Amino acid sequence: MSSAATVVAPGATLPGAPGLPGLPDPAGAVGAPGARTAGATPRSAVGAVARRLGVRVLGAVGVLWGAATLTFLALVLIPGDIAYAIVGGPDSNPSPEVLAQVRTEYGLDRPVWQQYGSYLLRVATGDLGTSYRFHAPVGQLVAEQLGSTVVLAVSAAVVAVVGALVAALATAGRRPAVRGPVSGVELVLASLPSFWLGIVLLTVFSFTLGWFPSIGGDGWRGLVLPTLTLALPIGAVLSQVARSAIEEVLDEPFVVTARARGLSDAAVRVRHVLRHTLVPLTTMTGFVVGGLFGGAVITETLFNRAGLGRLLLSAVNSKDMPVVLGLVLLSAAVYVVVNLVVDALYPLIDPRLRSAS
Amino acid sequence: MTTSLVAAPVDLPAGPGASVPAPPGLPGGAVAAPVSGRPLRTARRLRVPPSVVLAAIALAVIVLAAAFPDALSPHDPLAVDPTHTLAPPSATYPLGTDENGRDVLSRIIHGTRNSLLLGFGAIAIGLVAGTVLGLLAGLGARWVDAALMRTMDVGLAFPELLLALVVIAVAGGGTRNALLAIGIASTPSYARLVRAQTLGVRRAGYVEAARATGLSESAVVLRHVLPNAVKPVLVLATIGVGTATVAGAALSFLGLGTTPPTPEWGSMLSTARNFVELSWWYGLFPGLAITVLVLSTSVLGRHLQRRAEGGLR
Repeated sequence: MSSAATVVAPGATLPGAPGLPGLPDPAGAVGAPGARTAGATPRSAVGAVARRLGVRVLGAVGVLWGAATLTFLALVLIPGDIAYAIVGGPDSNPSPEVLAQVRTEYGLDRPVWQQYGSYLLRVATGDLGTSYRFHAPVGQLVAEQLGSTVVLAVSAAVVAVVGALVAALATAGRRPAVRGPVSGVELVLASLPSFWLGIVLLTVFSFTLGWFPSIGGDGWRGLVLPTLTLALPIGAVLSQVARSAIEEVLDEPFVVTARARGLSDAAVRVRHVLRHTLVPLTTMTGFVVGGLFGGAVITETLFNRAGLGRLLLSAVNSKDMPVVLGLVLLSAAVYVVVNLVVDALYPLIDPRLRSAS
Repeated sequence: MTTSLVAAPVDLPAGPGASVPAPPGLPGGAVAAPVSGRPLRTARRLRVPPSVVLAAIALAVIVLAAAFPDALSPHDPLAVDPTHTLAPPSATYPLGTDENGRDVLSRIIHGTRNSLLLGFGAIAIGLVAGTVLGLLAGLGARWVDAALMRTMDVGLAFPELLLALVVIAVAGGGTRNALLAIGIASTPSYARLVRAQTLGVRRAGYVEAARATGLSESAVVLRHVLPNAVKPVLVLATIGVGTATVAGAALSFLGLGTTPPTPEWGSMLSTARNFVELSWWYGLFPGLAITVLVLSTSVLGRHLQRRAEGGLR
């Protein structure tokens, strides 16, 4: 944990960050394995897990409510008359009648708390509002751009996680001659700004070697460089975390036992150590999700890829607040849901957590 | 220094200047290093790894460049040379020129100040706001703590860059707003850290002791709780400067931070992106400067953190 915190901004790797509010840190539960294992029947174990999940879901709903409130505040706080923004920016010269009509249409003439209430209701039903600029539902704009970003984010996440695990499993606990260079490369990769990494990759693999297209490009060839740009810095951080976790596990007595049974080093690492590494890695979920969202904005801009990131950037530039806030709210929702899922997965990864309250 | 009488038995004899991590007289030494005396510290200081020395040198160069850009750069960063546009590195232009024939090296040197301003400014905002909120949460009533921390949890649910983009969408772009945006976006994590530290420190023996000596509550907080709660966070902030500089450069790269023709590393890269096919140097060197900065701050920060943790054991 501490080694992770040294690499990136504190927010990304705070021990408690991935946990939901007001709830015990899952990592803390690992520290007291099987506290109640002995006496717990399977039934009460299921109940405990269900209760725990229930509390988590409530917490998640609370965070989402807060997130919606925050975005509403941003919407209200924006300087200038929203009605002008809707009819076409500060340069337009709309008649008072048009402005009045827009205000009624968007409910801007009602008291703030009423607007807040209807905003929450709309968001709760999945309605993210209407774009000022495109005069189309935000949900529809998001749906149009979603696929491209999901493909990029998922492929980057897979490359980052798999690459990090392979690198960490292969080099953890090895002699300095092996471990040193790899962790050095990780440190450099983790420090690279992704927009520069992308430029360097373009210079080398696109313009010098001509292996991959520089801009656009359909199919997997066009996906390789954006994926690497997004994945490498995230993967490098994950690998650092994984290695320190693995090196801790390698000192455990059960590893000695496994070796004494005649297991090869590779088998020990893959069958026994890997599973123990997953729990500390899952605490990095928030960092990964945040990295993918932020990285998507930069990567899509750099490679001229269509997607949510470019949609967000153009909305920020044109002060199209419903689109900005819809996308940001969406990212918070993804963060919360992913954390919830990871949380539900803990007992599957670590059986000792199944009966712990 | 009432504290030294009741706490910090180790730091007391060390005298001024002996302890880098714990300012003399501050009770931090009581938490930090019950076993390590002066000789141990000196030994450890002598065994500073070469990577840390390199990082310190690199940071010194960067700070020098920010302080005296005119003395160090060979050309005027804004001087246009139409006959040498996108010229490769040469004796006259050590790192080549950009699309307007401006010297890339001079622009990098002059951009240092703007880039660092974004990083340091943002961290300062995040640190100060986070410390105030974290202290309030850690020392305040239960409901204050709950209200503040739930709000911070909401903030943490947004990726930092996106939170910064919301601030910019509301307030507009530019250097000042970009700095503010990153500062606000980094506040929740610092608030959380400071609160966790405060909860630990406020029950420490030396705080109780200070209270027992009759110090007023505000004096206890300002003199004992605050410094000890913030110290470990400051170590992390060393690394934060690097990451915040990158975040600032990222905003400039997206066209939302410092804008041309003012030299800044991120905005240089933003323009360089359009000329990648024609010049490798234009896109390479500004990014190298950012990377060296981040690498140095994280190597140095990790070293400081190891020292602080080593003292705990």
